[in-house]
Amino acid sequence: MKKKKILALVLAASMAGGMLAGCGSTSSGDETAKGDKSSGKVYYLNFKPEQADQWVELAKEYTDETGVQVDVQTAASGTYESQLKSEMAKDEAPTLFQVNGPVGLATWKNYCYDLSDSDVYKDVESDDYILKDGDAVDGIAYVIETYGLIYNKALLNKYFELPDASIKSIDDLNNFQALKTVAEEIQAHKDDLGVEGAFTSAGMDSSSDWRFKTHLANLPIYYEYKADGIDSTDAIKGTYLDNYKQIWDLYLNNSTCEPSMISSKTGDDAASEFALGEAVFYQNGTWAYNDIKDNEVADEDMGMLPIYIGVDGEENQGLCTGSENYWCVNKNASEEDIQATLDFMKWVVESDEGRDMLANEMGFVTPFTTFSDYLPDNPLVKANAEYTEAGKTPVSWNFTTMPSENWKNNLGGALLNYAQGTGAWDSVQTAFVDGWAEEYAAANE
Amino acid sequence: MQKAIKRYFPVFVLPTLIAFTIGFLAPFVLGVYLSFCKFTTVTDAKFIGLSNYAKILGDGDFLHSLWFTALFTIVTVLLINIFAFAVAMLLTKNIKGTNIFRTVFFMPNLIGGIVLGYVWQLLLNGILAHFQKTLTYSSKYGFWGLVILMLWQQVGYMMIIYISGIQNIPGELIEAAQIDGANKVQLLRYVTIPMVMPSITICTFLTLTNGFKLFDQNLALTNGGPDKMSEMLALNIYYTFYGRTGWEGVGQAKAVIFFIIVGVIALIQNKLTTSKEVQQ
Repeated sequence: MKKKKILALVLAASMAGGMLAGCGSTSSGDETAKGDKSSGKVYYLNFKPEQADQWVELAKEYTDETGVQVDVQTAASGTYESQLKSEMAKDEAPTLFQVNGPVGLATWKNYCYDLSDSDVYKDVESDDYILKDGDAVDGIAYVIETYGLIYNKALLNKYFELPDASIKSIDDLNNFQALKTVAEEIQAHKDDLGVEGAFTSAGMDSSSDWRFKTHLANLPIYYEYKADGIDSTDAIKGTYLDNYKQIWDLYLNNSTCEPSMISSKTGDDAASEFALGEAVFYQNGTWAYNDIKDNEVADEDMGMLPIYIGVDGEENQGLCTGSENYWCVNKNASEEDIQATLDFMKWVVESDEGRDMLANEMGFVTPFTTFSDYLPDNPLVKANAEYTEAGKTPVSWNFTTMPSENWKNNLGGALLNYAQGTGAWDSVQTAFVDGWAEEYAAANE
Repeated sequence: MQKAIKRYFPVFVLPTLIAFTIGFLAPFVLGVYLSFCKFTTVTDAKFIGLSNYAKILGDGDFLHSLWFTALFTIVTVLLINIFAFAVAMLLTKNIKGTNIFRTVFFMPNLIGGIVLGYVWQLLLNGILAHFQKTLTYSSKYGFWGLVILMLWQQVGYMMIIYISGIQNIPGELIEAAQIDGANKVQLLRYVTIPMVMPSITICTFLTLTNGFKLFDQNLALTNGGPDKMSEMLALNIYYTFYGRTGWEGVGQAKAVIFFIIVGVIALIQNKLTTSKEVQQ
């Protein structure tokens, strides 16, 4: 009897104990907080999983130097919004978080501290790299990225040397018609060149579909905005949809795989096809360098072309350059924490340690004036610098004005159905034009 | 003993009750409340009445996923229970290696849904690649892929429940039936099935609710592709919540409706099958 009682007590206690343990483990960074606690602390929710470890390292350096506690959490790929939503509801909410542009800001603007008096804002090169809500500076971009058609110089030169190649030099490859000719001739000579196709697989798996439903779709949107002289809209007309179709057809018909297979091709598939020299062109951005370096393709063989879609005057078009990483400071945090966060941001963009980490370790190009001596060693970044020097007009990132995630998903679905032959181009048009108005209305009522 | 229970019952009940309140009751009540609100984070919600529910009516994707899920549930409830019962009958016949077979059949159930989804995605895509197709080529492939996956995962689990039901049938009952001249079909129809009715109640309940609530396998196997055509209810709710700014409440409202649907169906099913149970 007695034994049973003890047993019951032990069981009950262990149950309660397990619960307390489950709830009690919150601040794991306590031991690093050496300084006085009244000075506030920083909690950064980082968007880029590629740089997760470097941010933790940088935070530790800062803590060692100043004694201010800096916690860095990184959301897994594709889960940033969901994690941010749950973290912001907590008492210990992030003091520093990210939004991806005007549409992301619309969700979070009630949480954004006005950064117009901050030191970081004074370091920004131009107002192109900030997000404003009225006069308030709500977000500051901390990394500028570029995308285009990454190409393999060695393979392309091999093509130029073919006896029946119509295009003989990279300088002639400066419009859609030339790109189409090159791609089709490479595809026809793929055995001579030892490749599987001109373009990497246009994977529509969720790890890759953003390259087309978001990044490629940026070009028709960019040209329409440019023609209409606007920088966002509640109803898109789809003036350049035929161009969108042209380039999408080109990707599909001159690729390493059948269009019926693309629904499950991943981002890794495309990266490895390019890295192993199986394809000549690969639409992606400067961030892809880490995935494709140290393989078959040497650094000096990597170049980046603008994505030509057949618009008049596109010979002067540059690469697509912009940012979808904006720092925002949580205005609901305590005053000490906000100050600590601003100090941390300042340190990141002004100190030697911070600049070295951002430029050399993380490989970021930043919009800050303090970084003139810190440029990353990335051939794709250099390609962009060359285009800018040659006076080409960079294409801005207008996909940050797309009305919602749902719009992108619907467009992606329609693109896939068209590619597989299970749907018509009309449905892409519907998703693009009608979908925009619907989604805009749904998200902004 | 009676006295001891009376004295100590809070010690036993409280931890579970607290856990249940924190882990289930509180989120549930908050969730229902949020379905009437417009919010970004759950702590600053603004009450807006029924307009979230009104928005569901105009959502064609939700309706599509409702039918898709209903069809999926019907197919899996039938197939899983038939297969599980058949395997259970086989493995109660005292054939050699029964225990090994039972273990092997049960094992897939120990693997998490996301892992299973990815593994089966690789397997099925590998087969479909011979025909230049993939799982997400059309929702038909996705549907049957999901059915195969669920069968593989759940047949073993339901089998265990059926085995215990079959083993509980008293031997003298079967013997008596045999002496009366019942053949195998009659034995199955008039003795075995009525006697395992409690197991059938449990298994249909589990497969029914599992089918409706399916999320991770759906996410990992097809992720709703192509073009949301293989998106089931739970995944649709998830994407409503995160797909559009300001639509968090609509996702929440869908979740409440989802709860009501699953609840009502489960209750009806329970009534129907329980009424068929016999007393020994």
